[in-house]
Amino acid sequence: MMGPRRSALPRSRINRVPSPLVAHSLPWLTIMLASVLPGWIVIASAPVLPPLGFLMFVSWRQLRPGLLPIWAGLPLGIVDDLYSGQPFGSAVLLWSLAAIVLEVVEARLPWRNFLTEWLVAIGLIVAYIVFSLVLANVAGASSSLHVIVPQMVISILSFPLVGLIVAKVDRIRLTPFVVLR
Amino acid sequence: MAPPANRRSGFSRRAQYSTFLSYTAGVLGVVVGLGLVVVSIVNPGAFSSLRGAATDITEPAAKATAGGRVAGSGVLSSIAGFFTMGSEQARIRRELAEAKVRLVEAQAIEAENRRLKNLLDLTREDDGAVAAARLTSSTGGSTRRFATIDSGRDKGLTQGMPIRSTLGLVGRVLEVGGSTSRVLLITDTESIVPVRRSTDGVPAFAQGNGDGTLRVRLINLGINPLKKGDVMVTSGSGGLYRPGTPMAILTEILRDGAVARVLSDPADTDYVMVEQVWAPPPPPAPNENTGE
Repeated sequence: MMGPRRSALPRSRINRVPSPLVAHSLPWLTIMLASVLPGWIVIASAPVLPPLGFLMFVSWRQLRPGLLPIWAGLPLGIVDDLYSGQPFGSAVLLWSLAAIVLEVVEARLPWRNFLTEWLVAIGLIVAYIVFSLVLANVAGASSSLHVIVPQMVISILSFPLVGLIVAKVDRIRLTPFVVLR
Repeated sequence: MAPPANRRSGFSRRAQYSTFLSYTAGVLGVVVGLGLVVVSIVNPGAFSSLRGAATDITEPAAKATAGGRVAGSGVLSSIAGFFTMGSEQARIRRELAEAKVRLVEAQAIEAENRRLKNLLDLTREDDGAVAAARLTSSTGGSTRRFATIDSGRDKGLTQGMPIRSTLGLVGRVLEVGGSTSRVLLITDTESIVPVRRSTDGVPAFAQGNGDGTLRVRLINLGINPLKKGDVMVTSGSGGLYRPGTPMAILTEILRDGAVARVLSDPADTDYVMVEQVWAPPPPPAPNENTGE
């Protein structure tokens, strides 16, 4: 059983390239799905789920700098705003700011390891959740700061998990399966 | 991780321009976002049709996940129930016996109520439920508490209709889409519901805290008569919410009110009922003979 499978695998990889369509669309699609998904998981009576779309956005930009353009926060933020419940435009604003910050961090710190990336992400996540609360409160709500503490902890701890998912999707993205002519 | 090789633009004009343009586009995103935020703060309903269309598109997937969610929580509660079956059953039997007595009492009260209403010539048709709908999604990642139901203009929903489950009030319709609607849950900080204590009618307001609890504020200042475990029901004052809908149970007494837990936890709620907007009965017409 093992013999033919082993020999079949390398052969299927020869003369093949990743599909450009999949390679370019998968980051956008996964971020949009992550924006919609938290709403479906649970009918929450408190903000307990991490802003998955934002975590995915930061993860993709950290794993593949330059794959998503700096202006990617504009279209992706619009999608997130349609489903997040925040005042419309808050994700567009905050995601675009985060993209610029990530770009600057990347230029200043060319050599990064997991810990520095996580620390940068923690800073961005905390700022994102606090500013989301501020924008929601300016738009009419009156939530107090302690409401978002559980969400912050959950988001910070789940960021490596999101990074793992992004890495797996990245492998799928670059799997060569289109036959080269 | 190694930095990407082609970061420096060097003397290439083309590379310099493309770096500059990408930063400009990023700043443009910030400016557009700021503009959108200002528009949505000034006019909160500006993007409601866009949001309605977006939730209409994802409705089939949301319905499917809603089914899975209910099945998942059912499995968990079955496993939990297996371990607590004996004591639970004894308790439920005792409560059932008590409830039977209460039911008879309630029937008697209802009959008396009808008789008294007949005496007063109070006839009002019972405006019942508009539609039964399913909670399909919510904003779990935001401090705002909105949910989506799978009924919209197609079922005759309009803005402001109260939503309740069998256990109590859930919220009210905020934005109506084609086949979905957005619901403002009572735990949102912008939701204020006039309530009264179920036993003696002490009036109060219940406002959401945003973290799943409600803040009950008494209207009459003075000695706080509330006690832990009191049940608050809607009072119907000002219209909108039908009076007598159970809403919350008090868990912590404060100086000028209390903190309450919502009776109908949306996480356990599958189907909800959309009710007509309740209008308080008009004041009795002045007697025609008195003026002459």
